[in-house]
Order: sequence, then structure tokens, then C-alpha cells
Amino acid sequence: MDNYLQTKGRIFDIQRYSIHDGTGIRTIVFLKGCHLRCRWCCNPESQEYEIQNMTIGGKDKIVGEDVTVEEVMKTVMKDLPYYKRTNGGLTLSGGEFLNQPEFALALLRAAKANGITTAVETTSNADFKVIEKMLPYIDQYLMDIKHMDSNKHEKFTQSKNELLIENAMKISKSGLTELSIRVPVVPGFNDTPEEIRAIARYTKTLPNVKRMHLLPYHNFGYDKYIGLGRDYPMGSVPSPSNEKMNELLEIAKQESLVECQIGG
Amino acid sequence: MGLYKYQTEDIPKTERITKLVDNLFAKMPEIESSRAKLITESYKATENEPIITRRAKAYKHILENIPIVIRDHELITGSQTIAPRGCQTYPEFSVEWLEKEYDTVATRSADPFYIAPETVKELKEANAYWYGKTTSDLATAYMEPETLRSMDHNMFTPGNYFYNGVGHVTVKYEEVLSIGFKGIKKRAQDQLESLTMADGDYQKKRSFLKAVIMSCDATITYARRYAKLALDEANKCSDETRKKELLIIASNCARVPENPATSFYEACQSFWFVQQLLQLESSGHSISPGRFDQYMYPYYLEDLEKGAITREFAQELIDNIWVKLNDLNKCRDEASAEGFAGYSLFQNLIVGGQNAAGVDVTNDLSFMAIRAAHHVFLPQPSLSIRVWNGSPQELLIKAAELTRTGIGLPAYYNDEIIIPALQSRGLTLSDAREYNIIGCVEPQKAGKTEGWHDAAFFNMCRPLELVFTNGMDKGEQIGPKTGEVEDFKSFNDFYDAYKKQMNYQIERLVDADNAIDLAHANRCPLPFESSMVDDCINRGKSLQEGGAIYNFTGPQGFGIANMADSLYAIKKLVFDEGKATLSEFKEALATNYGKGLANEDIADLTNGVAKGLVEAGKEVGESEISAILKAVVEAATSEKAKANGERLLKLIEEVPKFGNDEDEVDYFARDVAYTYTKPLLKYHNPRGGIYQAGLYPVSANVPLGKQTGATPDGRLAHTPVADGVSPSAGADVHGPTAAANSVSKLDHGIASNGTLFNQKFHPTALSGKNGLENFVGLVRAYFDQGGSHMQFNVVDRDTLIAAQKDPDKYRSLVVRVAGYSALFTTLSKSLQDDIIKRTEQSTYNPTM
Repeated sequence: MDNYLQTKGRIFDIQRYSIHDGTGIRTIVFLKGCHLRCRWCCNPESQEYEIQNMTIGGKDKIVGEDVTVEEVMKTVMKDLPYYKRTNGGLTLSGGEFLNQPEFALALLRAAKANGITTAVETTSNADFKVIEKMLPYIDQYLMDIKHMDSNKHEKFTQSKNELLIENAMKISKSGLTELSIRVPVVPGFNDTPEEIRAIARYTKTLPNVKRMHLLPYHNFGYDKYIGLGRDYPMGSVPSPSNEKMNELLEIAKQESLVECQIGG
Repeated sequence: MGLYKYQTEDIPKTERITKLVDNLFAKMPEIESSRAKLITESYKATENEPIITRRAKAYKHILENIPIVIRDHELITGSQTIAPRGCQTYPEFSVEWLEKEYDTVATRSADPFYIAPETVKELKEANAYWYGKTTSDLATAYMEPETLRSMDHNMFTPGNYFYNGVGHVTVKYEEVLSIGFKGIKKRAQDQLESLTMADGDYQKKRSFLKAVIMSCDATITYARRYAKLALDEANKCSDETRKKELLIIASNCARVPENPATSFYEACQSFWFVQQLLQLESSGHSISPGRFDQYMYPYYLEDLEKGAITREFAQELIDNIWVKLNDLNKCRDEASAEGFAGYSLFQNLIVGGQNAAGVDVTNDLSFMAIRAAHHVFLPQPSLSIRVWNGSPQELLIKAAELTRTGIGLPAYYNDEIIIPALQSRGLTLSDAREYNIIGCVEPQKAGKTEGWHDAAFFNMCRPLELVFTNGMDKGEQIGPKTGEVEDFKSFNDFYDAYKKQMNYQIERLVDADNAIDLAHANRCPLPFESSMVDDCINRGKSLQEGGAIYNFTGPQGFGIANMADSLYAIKKLVFDEGKATLSEFKEALATNYGKGLANEDIADLTNGVAKGLVEAGKEVGESEISAILKAVVEAATSEKAKANGERLLKLIEEVPKFGNDEDEVDYFARDVAYTYTKPLLKYHNPRGGIYQAGLYPVSANVPLGKQTGATPDGRLAHTPVADGVSPSAGADVHGPTAAANSVSKLDHGIASNGTLFNQKFHPTALSGKNGLENFVGLVRAYFDQGGSHMQFNVVDRDTLIAAQKDPDKYRSLVVRVAGYSALFTTLSKSLQDDIIKRTEQSTYNPTM
């Protein structure tokens, strides 16, 4: 028998009662490890696959834990009554969930086997073959597109964007999942009308997109960088103003012709 | 328009309502003396008459003579006091506290009242008559000395009914609307005529029925006084619009509540007189309008169908009633004021839910009641929503929109748990289906119940303190001797000792409540209230003497979370893991975990030791006392005590706590709650009813926490205990679903007098349509799992802190306290701090 419930993976957090990432009340499982190094990343402890020590509030905290799908699902299923009432369920985030494909697939399958909805938050910076296998098990696919200019993308994330741009098209064409495009709006990186317009225009070319989200940068991750002994890469850059966000939202609406919103 | 079934569009607020609210808050609430003077006059003139007759005559004397006023702009009239939000006093229940507090009542931190020097003089004169004649005096005489001692030692407090009227009732408003007091009077007359001398209770029944008839007449007279006043004012009024309004008021008051209401407007006025006069007859609070959307609906529908009323005007009338509900006020003694902080009268009004046949009967008025709360935006009425599988989603979404404003209303109640819980207490299925909520969270069937909800606060933490002292408190043997704690060999030994201490104090509580119950029956039966509850007229018996069909006594326990965490910590650390000993715990509790003792504790400990020495035949002089004092202070702050305290606190921190969705500790908590809820079930009250437990604290968890020493869950001495069935403040760290799951693992069915679960949300959690839907989903899912009640504070922490610093700017900031909402700035500092501290379940979005 396929013993996928015993599949092991590495996570760094499970967050219950999440209401901004997918439909309804959800539980987010954060998988550890990511190829990108986004300067604004608010979960720096998610980037390394290695288990780390982070000092938070003067206390040491071990970040990262190896767990089985069964163990994770025990926690996830505690909120089944809430999922039932709100069409909620499991969200995989990270890190990058595609970096642990076997574990992620097993989690998604377990969620489906338990009758709850699934969502993923991802950059999709992986071979499409990996993604393709997962798609039948993903109800909502929340995909980041951070910048259309590959060089600028690389400068701020240490990774080119061609692969993920191409994946966005393939995912959307598959029709297997509800795709939404999410754009972190980061001052000094992509917060000009032109840059948002470029992403919105690309979004328009995708055949099946439910929604476009503009997520304003925030500095909640600051303490974690310090706790990991790192400098905070964004310095004292402030969050984009509400006026700015509304201006960009209008552009996104006009250019993408899909439903657009600020926030998750 | 919703799903075409209900009219759900929001009706705008009129200018009149804004003016009415402004006038209400124009000045500080004031104590008036007219009622006290009148009742004293009447009582002096009726000394040799049956008590029920004296009560009726006093009611009549008050209603015929108390000054009356029609407030500017109002459409519904009838006020207890000349000043808005003023209050009368009720010397027949207690006088001592007020006599002691004249000088401080205007300046105290919780619910201050202005009192004019002339009023003080008049009250003093009136009160002088009442010494030794109050219900409080008689109750004390009925109690056993051990009971009084337990109360002195703060094991529980029955303060509510000990010093005040009972209230806590929902009468048959629908009967007043449909037959008027003329009809009720006729019922009493018919009953009177059917009495025969063969009945051994003939004299009693006859006096009672005559008292009912006199009360009906007095009520009619009172309304007519308003009719005349309105007419006089209309004649003097130069503003044509207002003149017309006054003429309509005059005609309404001339018709109702004497006659059946013939329009929605008359029904509103009739309702109001009942609601107001119930509170003038006795000082009870939690006189709850109940299912307003149900009994008012036929009048609304009829008027609407024949085109006699617009939805807009109906909304304005409802809004006006909401304002009036905030015009009523009550001055309590200082200690009780802290327990019920926020000038609250707990007039609970509930909408939605099923009818006797089990069909959902949400209607347009259900929506308009929610709208009225938006318009008036004040704590009264305590608005509640009944939720069940048949509840329309749009009603819950509208309710969630109100929750989102941060007013702390409405509270949500679960039909699916409450109906069977009431059936288990002897209600018929159809009565149970028609329940409403009294006061904070207490369910009952309107017009048939004398529930004595809110009969006492029982502090579950205090008996645990007694386990560590072998029943001693402040040098006195307060509980049974359950043995030295160091000698317990197993957790069961320890737990048994706790149960013994609990059982003993529960028995004391019952003695206190039943003594007070008898005192009310003997000294303050209420003929007016009794005229509107079945089966008083048919039985010829007042509510206070057992006239109701359903009789209960519902004292509420609190501190479940603290006791669950405490007992679990002892079980784990001492008996399962052997990491600590009971004597280490004993030392830690006695020294407040080495963190120093409050002066009162030092005094108590010193007295305790001195008393012990005296009893042992030793002479104790000044020098001995100071030596003891020194030793006590040193012991509490010694390095050893500090080290022991710190070590234990660290260990306790690691033990799982109730509120995090961990089955072992959550089900343990379920069992701990039984130590209060189960023993109560065997007791009966003098009205022929049974005891049933509630698990909620109103706001008493703060002041009563002050009277509680350190507890083994790591809680320091004198800090608040946990609120309701909610986890200890800050102990739940896995968010609202985990906390709700934990709380749902308690047995809410057995606590049929109600449980209270408070959650605090940041407004962002309810933002947008999704936010509302998810919020409703959260409520529904908690209820799916067996929860009974849920309420929410939706304010951000910064707002609360800002309001605390600059109260003038936040006068209208309403928060959910516990079972009710109150103006934040009127609460005491410590209660404000407690509200700020309750876990803020904000949304969390860690990724971008």
C-alpha cells in the first residue's frame, strides 16, 4: 500500500486561523527552504533548508522540524469544523513548497483524502514536471510574479524570472487549478506604475486567472533577521502608502482585466 | 434585499436619535430621592398589613406621586428620574452601603453618581426607617454563622440579591400588548372570584390577587399621568411638529398599557412602560426584553400591510426605545459596581432563532434591532442573536457587521446546545425552543420562569487555597480539615481534598442563596412583576414565593481555566514527573512565588500566626506581633523563597495549558468544571426549584481576583482570574480556532445557566466580505462543536491604550466586558487593563 502519510519533510511553522491566503479559514504549513533570496522576505528563517537557531524576544528558538505528513495532518485536521463552514483547508507555503515535492504532494493528497480544500503560495521557480504532478490536488494556486524584468528580478531575488514566467502560462493553460497572481509591492523594486502595468499586462495574457493581488511590503520580518544574526536588507524603507497602493490597484485593474485587490 | 424573504436594507438614522443620545450624556448620572421618600411614607402607613398588600400600596403610592418628565424630542415616553440616566434608590433591599458611601459615590472609579447635598439629607431621613427591615437584614438572620464566615473570607459573594432586588426576568410582554392591564386585571378578578374559603390558602391568595389588581390600576394611572402631561405640554408648545408629536404621545399613553395595542407605535409605548416600571417596582437588573422581534412583529406587520407605518418610522421608534433603555440606571454599592462595571443593566434583547414548533422565525424586526444598535451605539440593550442550523446567513452577516464596529454586540447563542440543556432541566421542548437570554448569558423561557440567574459569584480558586492550608484562611478554619498537603500520596488524594473543599463551600453558597431567597419572599414579593409571569395569577402566589412554572437558582462559578491549569500542573509536576513537591508549591503560594506580598497579606498572615499563638495559650503583645511581622516579611522575600518561586514558575510554564487545543489538558478541564457544576445539581431552592450552574464571571474576575492568593498555574496573588470559560489571559497561543476548540471541550450542556466565551479580535479580522463570512464560519464551527455562547471585542490594542490615557476623547468607546458591553472609559483602571490583556486574536499574514 502507498504509505504516503509517512512521507517526511521539513517545516518551520504551522499557522492556524489564517484568513488571508485562500478561501475561508485555513491552516498554513510553512515548508523550509527556498531558492530565492528576496530582499523583502519577511520569513528569512524559511530560506535555508538547514535547521537554524533564531533568537526571538531574548529566547533561542530552533527553526525547522522534520515531521511526517501524518503528524502535520493531525494538527491541520483540528480545524475541520471551521473548514467545513467556510470552505477552508490546507495552505502550503514556505519557503518554497516545490522544493520538497514528494512531501508537498503527500500533504496535498492527504488533505484531499480528508475532504478539505487546498491552496499553495509559491514562486513556481521549478521544473514544470514537478508542478504538473501536483496540480490535480491544488484548488487554489497563489503565484508570485514579482517583476517582469529578469535582470531586476535577479538583482533583488538572486534568481532570473524566465522559468517562473513560463510556468505561470503553463499552469494557467492547464485549467486544473484556480490561479491568482500575487505581487508584493516593494518600494524601490517594483512600485512604479510601469512595473505594475507590465505584470498586469502579462496577467492579461494568461487564459485562466481568477484574481490579481497587490500585497504591500511591510517590515514585520525585521526582528527575525536580527534573530538570525543577519542585517535587515531593506533598511528603513517604509511600507507603501495607501494612496500609492490605490493608484497601483487602478492600473492593475485597467491592464489585467481581472478582479484585483489589495492584500490577500 | 436579501434572499427576497427579508427586508434587509439599512434604514438611515434620523437627527432625532442623535439629539436623544446627546441629551442622554449631557451630564453625569445622578441619584434622586423621590422613590425612597415615597416608599418610606407608604410603608410607615401600612405597618400592620400583609406584606403583599404593603408592596402593592407602596407601588401605587410611588406611581401616583413620583415626578414625571417627557424628554425633549422623544417619541416614546416614561422615565424613572428627572435627570437623564439618573437612578432611584431601593431602601427596602439594603441601606447600609449607601449610608456609608454618600461621600465617595461621586468620586469612586467604577460607575460614579452625582448626589446633591439635599438628596443626601432626604435619603438619610428615609433610610433611617429601614434599619433592620430590609431583605438584606432578614437574609443575614436566616444564614448559618459558617455561611457568613465563608462570605467574609470571600469564598463566594451573593452580593447581587443580598443587597438588591432580583430582576433577572422576562415577563409576558406579548400579553400586555394583546390584552392590556385591563385584561390582566380581569384575569386576576376572575381568579379572585373563583377562590373558595375551602382553600386553606384563601387569605394569602386573596391578598395576592388584590395586590395584582391594585398594581394594574396603579400602572394605568401612571400612564394617564403621562397622557395628561403630554397634553399640557402640547398646549404650551409653539412648534407645530412637536405639538403634533406630543398629542400622539398623549393619545398613546391614554390607551396603553391599559388597553390592547392597536398599532406598532402603541405597542412600542406599551412595551416601554412595562420595561420601565418593572425596574421602578424593584431594583433588580437584567430585566430582559427577550424576544422583542417576535412579540412586536404582528403589530409591525399589520401596520405595514395596511400602510399605517413606514419602515423608516418603525426604525425610529425602535431606535427611540434603544435610547430609553440606556436612560435607565442603577447605583450599586462600590464593590458590586466593580463586579458589574459600566452602568450596566443587562437588559438582554434577543433576535432570531426558532419558534415553539422548531421553525426559524427571523423577521424584518430582527434586522431592524441590529440596525438600531448601529444607530444608537450604546451598551443597552444587551443585544443577542440566536444561531442554529436554520439561521439565515444574511442575519448572521448583519450581526457580524455590528460585531465589526467594536461595540461588543451582539452576543451569539447556540440553539442546538441551549435547547436540550433547558429540556434537561425540565422545560418542555416547545418552551425550550422559545428561550431567550437573561442578563449576560442565562437562558430561560420568558413569562414562565423565576430563574434567579446570577445568584452568586463562586470563586473556584479559593477552595484550592484551602487545600494548601488544611482549611485555614487568615487564622480561621473556613473549610474542612482535608489533611496536610505534604501528606498526599497521589494526585487523587489531592484532587479529593479539592473536591471536599469545593463541596463544603458550595453548601455554604446554597445556604446563603436560599436564605436570601426566603428574605425576598417574606419581605419583597412583587405583585406587578408577578402579574406578568405564569402561573402566579392562577396559583394566587407571587413569583418570589414560587408562583412561576419554572424555578431555578443559578450561581455562577468562575476560574475554570485557572483551576484546570493549576490542578494539571500539580498532577504533572508533582505526581507524574516528580519535578516538584507539594511543600514546594505550598511555600511558593504562601510567598507569592517569592515576589513579595501585598500589605493585606502580611497583615492577614501576621494575624493568623498571632491568633494561633493566643489559642495555644500564649500571650501575644506588641513586641511578639512585630517579631511575627518581621518573620513573615522575611520569609516571603528570602532568597530561598525567590529561588523556589522562580524554579516553579519555569516548570509551570512548560506544562500544557487549557486553551491550546490539546485534548489531555482540555478534557482535564472538563472534569475540573464538574467539581462545581455537578455538586450543585442536588440542591433545591425554597421556591420548589433546583440549582443549576453557570460558568461566567460578569466582570467580577477582576475584583474577585484581587481577593485571591497565588495559584499553582503560576498566577500571582491578586491578579485577575480567567474570564468565563475563556482560557487564562495570554495562555492560549494558537489562535482563535484552537481556543474555541478547547473551550468547546467543556460540558456546556450541564452549565445550563450559561457559559461565557470571550474572544478579542482586531478589526482587520472582519474586514471585507470574506472577513465577515469567515467570522460567521468561526461562530458556526464553535457552535457545531457544542459551544453555547460567544462574544467578541473588536478593537485594536492601541485604541484601548489611547482611550485609557485620554478618556475624554474616547467617551463613546464601547467594549465587551463579559456578558455585556460598557463604555470603556467608565471602567476601573484594573478592568481596563484586564481587557487590554485578554489575548488579541489578530490576523496574521507572515508571508507576502
